[in-house]
Amino acid sequence: MRLLMAYSWRNVFARRLTSLLTIFGIALVVFVFCAVLMLSNGLRQTLVDTGNDNNAVVIRRSAQTEISSIMYRNDGNVVKADPAIATAPDGSPLASGELMVLITKTKRGSDKTSNVPVRGVSDKAIAVRPNVAIVEGRMWRPGSSEVIAGAKVARGFQNAGLGEKVRFASRDWTVVGIFEADGSGFESEIWGDYDQLAPAFERPIYSSITARLKSPEAFAAMKARLENDPRLTVDVKREKQYYYEQSSFTTTYINILGMVISIIFSMGAIVGAMITMYASVAGRTKEIGTLRALGFSRLTILSAFLVESVLMALVGGAIGVFGASFLRFAEISTTNWDTFAELAFSFETSPQIIGSALVFAAVMGVVGGFLPAVQASRLSVLAALRTK
Amino acid sequence: MRIFKLIFKNTGRHKLRTFLTILGMGIAVMAFTVIRTTIDAWYAGAEAASPDRLVTRHAVSLTFFLPLSYADRIARVEGVEQVSHASWFGGVYVDPKNFFAQFAIDHKSYLDMYPEFLVPEDQRQRFNQERNGAIVGRRLADRFGWSVGDPIRLAGTIFPGDWDFVIVGIYTGAKENTDESAFFFRWDYLDERLRREAPIRSGYVGTFAVQISDPERSAEMSQAIDREFRNSTYETKTETEEAFNLSFVSMANSIVLGLKLISFMVVGIIMLVLGNTMAMTARERISEYAVMKTLGFRTYHIVGLIFGESLVIAALGGAAGILLTWPIGNLVKTALGAFFPTFATNPLTLVMAGVAAMVVGLLAAIFPTLKALNTPIVEGLRIVD
Repeated sequence: MRLLMAYSWRNVFARRLTSLLTIFGIALVVFVFCAVLMLSNGLRQTLVDTGNDNNAVVIRRSAQTEISSIMYRNDGNVVKADPAIATAPDGSPLASGELMVLITKTKRGSDKTSNVPVRGVSDKAIAVRPNVAIVEGRMWRPGSSEVIAGAKVARGFQNAGLGEKVRFASRDWTVVGIFEADGSGFESEIWGDYDQLAPAFERPIYSSITARLKSPEAFAAMKARLENDPRLTVDVKREKQYYYEQSSFTTTYINILGMVISIIFSMGAIVGAMITMYASVAGRTKEIGTLRALGFSRLTILSAFLVESVLMALVGGAIGVFGASFLRFAEISTTNWDTFAELAFSFETSPQIIGSALVFAAVMGVVGGFLPAVQASRLSVLAALRTK
Repeated sequence: MRIFKLIFKNTGRHKLRTFLTILGMGIAVMAFTVIRTTIDAWYAGAEAASPDRLVTRHAVSLTFFLPLSYADRIARVEGVEQVSHASWFGGVYVDPKNFFAQFAIDHKSYLDMYPEFLVPEDQRQRFNQERNGAIVGRRLADRFGWSVGDPIRLAGTIFPGDWDFVIVGIYTGAKENTDESAFFFRWDYLDERLRREAPIRSGYVGTFAVQISDPERSAEMSQAIDREFRNSTYETKTETEEAFNLSFVSMANSIVLGLKLISFMVVGIIMLVLGNTMAMTARERISEYAVMKTLGFRTYHIVGLIFGESLVIAALGGAAGILLTWPIGNLVKTALGAFFPTFATNPLTLVMAGVAAMVVGLLAAIFPTLKALNTPIVEGLRIVD
């Protein structure tokens, strides 16, 4: 077996140019394959990280997103009184009734516009979400036209940086602080005081209520209680689940498109590998005859060529994965169609992605190398030796 | 003329390899056209826009509504011919995966302003008579197997509750790029229920469609409309229908950009496949070229032979790819139908694909030609394969 591997490995180098072209083709395909998976994984990861296992989100029934959810403030008080919700040291419930609206703003360095989510939050917002921290500037003062901006909004949109004035709802709002939230979706939002934003937008309602639970296990009981409460028409979801669902439309789009492109690309690469392997077999007819005469079985010959093809594909796959790993430094910002809001995220790799990329490469190698390998193993010893 | 015969004979010498090369190129060329078509699909809405229509929306963002009373005030602006309105409904049909666009429209004016939606006269009459009637696009009807008379229930996301409609008409597009996957129903049906269940939301619409007499004055007219509502509670933003539709493309800018990059990478794959074959071919025939040179064939004969063969394969591969575009394009159309209202291959894309294939054909021949020319005759003759 060692001998076989060495033979195959050396053969990859025997025809440098064609092998290189084939390897490069496979690398390109694997690169695209990885990029697509990393993109949808990054989007999903960003949204899932936005959620917290200890939190529950309450929105109006069947609204699916905060943007289309409207709950009256009385309903909010009913929700906040639920016994499953943890309490602050002063005895008030750790729940934040919030307003979410979209404003259309121009991106930095272009005239393109996109929707920025603006969240009107209560004083409990940060207590409920421990991952949110102000990294520059300060919190707004209650009762003033001040807001804080997520780090990604501040970078991506005009007039959203620290000290700048962003205009919406007929008022100018000064950005007094920049916050980060472990790279999660909150960094793509602008936060302001609910008591200022709700009247400014003329929306005296809650879009959602995010509540910290006494324990993650308390969720089921709370869900049953609130969803069956005749005074309310709400959906109660775990925060993680809620944000996960908000990635479905866009990730489905990226995945379908990406898979179609990868499959089509892979067929191109398989054909490339086939051409190379057929040439490799044709060029070594005499050699194969010799090997067979020395007593190597047909199966060994078949394996040798198959291994050669797979090795080539794996080298290509490794190059593709390596190249794609650099994509992690790129930040993507696009509209999440589930929420209609701009979301900044990055390509995120994972062991599964690397694994499936290499498997994908190996499959291309097997499929591309199989027919040529069969041809090689079928050569008759005499005829093969007689070729000049 | 005989050189052409030689080119074709050469092309057929390694039948399997030539076939595989053509296949590989065909797949890659097809990938190029399908990806380009997908990119075009993003812009389809902007392409289909009419220059004499403006869209007025709430200045803050599309998720805010405007009072219906603005229609009369817009209509009074000089140069405005007609005003209609449409509101995004965002309902769910059975499962959120069955996404399609739904609009509550002013049934009296909307279809007049959008002549590209062709509705048979009797179905339009019914739409005017039946308050819960809906007119749906041909493609949408085909997707769910709907026909006229079917009851449809949508679960509201923006407007709570279950909403029942009856399909009273199916429209077709007047042009290739008309969106045939929308669901239109009457705004008064929506408003009637809101008045009962959520009175503070009644009387509002999502966007106004404004028809103007002179498309040349669209910028000026947009400003005139917005000026009318400046400093009111509901400030407006008016733009041409094209700009309005393009704003959706710009939201997905990164994805469109990614697709564009990938479409160029495909050209790289075509290059690799053909380049690989030509490199092999040239290496195998070095001694042959030496014989030909000895026999008195000139340099341009050799150059012509290699370039000719490369171009023949490239042309066949390109043609195969262009032919493959239709079946594969249809598959993609079915898979991604929910995401794109229209999915049609632009003839220009096919031309681009053809040109790309031929350019690749030329490029792939350069290296083997150089090798053939730079090998001295004696050296070439010495090679015994």
